[in-house]
Amino acid sequence: MSYSVTEPSKGTKWLAGVLVVSYAIITLIPLLWIIATGFKSPTDSIAYPPVVVFQPTLEGYVNLFTERTRATDEMLAAAGPPTTWYDQIARDRGTVISGPSRYGQRFLNSVIIGFGSTALCMVLGTAAAYAFSRFKVPLKDDLLFFILSTRMMPPIAVAIPIFLMFRNLGLNDTHLGMILLYTAVNLSLSVWLLKGFIDEIPIEYEEAALIDGYTRFQAFYKVVLPQAATGIASTAIFCLIFAWNEYAFAVLLTSGTAQTAPPFIPTIIGTGGKDWPAVAAGATIFLVPVMVFTIMLRKHLLRGITFGAVRK
Amino acid sequence: MAEVVLAGISKSFGKQTALEDVSMTIPDGSFVVLLGPTGAGKTTTLRMVSGLDRPDMGQVRIGGRDASGLTPAQRDVAMVFQQYSLYPHLTVRQNLEFPLKSPILRTPQAEIDRKVAEVAEVLQISHKLDNKATALSGGEMQRVSIGRALVRNPSVYLMDEPLSSLDAKLRSDLRIELKSIQANSGATLLYVTHDQIEAMTMATHVGVLDKGRLVQFGSPREIYENPVSIYAASRLGQPRINVLPADVFGGAPRNATHIGLRPEHILQGEGEDSFVQRVEHLGDQTRLHLALKSHGLITVTDAHTTLKEGDIVKIRPNKAFYFDAAGARLA
Repeated sequence: MSYSVTEPSKGTKWLAGVLVVSYAIITLIPLLWIIATGFKSPTDSIAYPPVVVFQPTLEGYVNLFTERTRATDEMLAAAGPPTTWYDQIARDRGTVISGPSRYGQRFLNSVIIGFGSTALCMVLGTAAAYAFSRFKVPLKDDLLFFILSTRMMPPIAVAIPIFLMFRNLGLNDTHLGMILLYTAVNLSLSVWLLKGFIDEIPIEYEEAALIDGYTRFQAFYKVVLPQAATGIASTAIFCLIFAWNEYAFAVLLTSGTAQTAPPFIPTIIGTGGKDWPAVAAGATIFLVPVMVFTIMLRKHLLRGITFGAVRK
Repeated sequence: MAEVVLAGISKSFGKQTALEDVSMTIPDGSFVVLLGPTGAGKTTTLRMVSGLDRPDMGQVRIGGRDASGLTPAQRDVAMVFQQYSLYPHLTVRQNLEFPLKSPILRTPQAEIDRKVAEVAEVLQISHKLDNKATALSGGEMQRVSIGRALVRNPSVYLMDEPLSSLDAKLRSDLRIELKSIQANSGATLLYVTHDQIEAMTMATHVGVLDKGRLVQFGSPREIYENPVSIYAASRLGQPRINVLPADVFGGAPRNATHIGLRPEHILQGEGEDSFVQRVEHLGDQTRLHLALKSHGLITVTDAHTTLKEGDIVKIRPNKAFYFDAAGARLA
């Protein structure tokens, strides 16, 4: 029997594996439930006891993306046979599709505001973090503390002043307003995270680049930025997740033009009660961009969560 | 290539004085070695010339031009850092190309390829060109770091202990290589080292720094044969100069408190009795550790000496340096 201090024993590995898998299953259940509900019929979605095995239907998705009107038999007959599969689904419920719903528009707003604020946050955050890390900034520690202090209360605590401010500035229900707001909320996090990453990059690399004939900005761009890519990627994920999922401010400050998907999804009303499959379908599609973004950068995310734990 | 002049340079970091009124002229085409222990101000001097740090007082002139307002890029210097500082996200080739591709040089690609191949050949890293810089051994990193300086043709090369982490064989190869590159190209080179063999073999001039002051500047022979102080005398010579109380042999000048004897300046066969404490056969020569009136000293003798531990040898100084109580040279 060989014994190793660093290599866990077989039994330990199994136990760890079982724990991780069961934890993963527990956390995934709500997610799977939402995804499944999106494919249920309205009846199945509210059945008690809940049905696990059901006949999948795309009705929820059709309802999510369309506006429908109830039609009499004569109207249905006059409209002729359904031309598409989603027409067919609507007809089966005695309705006709009268046009697209506002979900696509709201989803696009989420994309613009979420990714817009994340991008802005990264540009400002990296610049500020670099300055804090490399330059002699007067009152540096106080400024950093001040920046951090904006996170010491829940952002919604200042909802009323922000609401009044936005109204006076004409930023209510605008893309720009929401981008600025989410950037402001996220900036403290990104400055602190990024400063940690940039601090870890030895200054000698920039000095070498200065000697090699580059200006300070070129050295930053060519030498510091590629090495900070890991930090920037993981910080971007944190910022995007916040901006993407934010609900309270979105409810308060947007209603039409700039309304994001989170406040919109629960307002989807079906005939005779909440249309749960449509709501679940909206939530499922809403998950996709963040999931794709996170999977694309997952290597960096892992390092982002554990950064500082082990110094090289 | 250019002459570099330091005029009255002082620099302190907080309360720590790094350089104090250092003036020296590094002639065009010379190979100047800075010697001194850690903290003597060697690296700071390099950083003054490179423009990475600015002097508190004094002026740096490169090629007759005041460098005060110039950025490192504008000064046209190449520097080899002690910690290598290779760009970790680039390959060895990209590291070597980096200075040539700078907005200041904008070298055509054909020229870049030629120079990189040439330098890689000299430094024996041709087979590593497509490796990531982080996938190299310490010695290889150091060679790439030297290569990054050599691909350019700057007004002055600055090197901070560039051979320190190489093995003995490679170090002596590169010593010869560096010296011949410098001699052939007429490059001006300012070089920091702890290694006195590097200083003696490569330098046209040696600057001895002590606690931020330049205590002596001259040719290696001049400093070896005519040191201004115990400190300067101890910088060169292996084994080191023996420093004993001035009166052990008699005949010391007035005010002298110490006598300095280089190992080869001790004559055997006459004079005072000393005991042989240890005999070290090095092959080409033999070192004798002697005890003279309870003072230890080291001398060299014939490789085939029959002397052994416990023998008595008579010794007297052949040529001696005398120093006063402050360590300054008297005679």
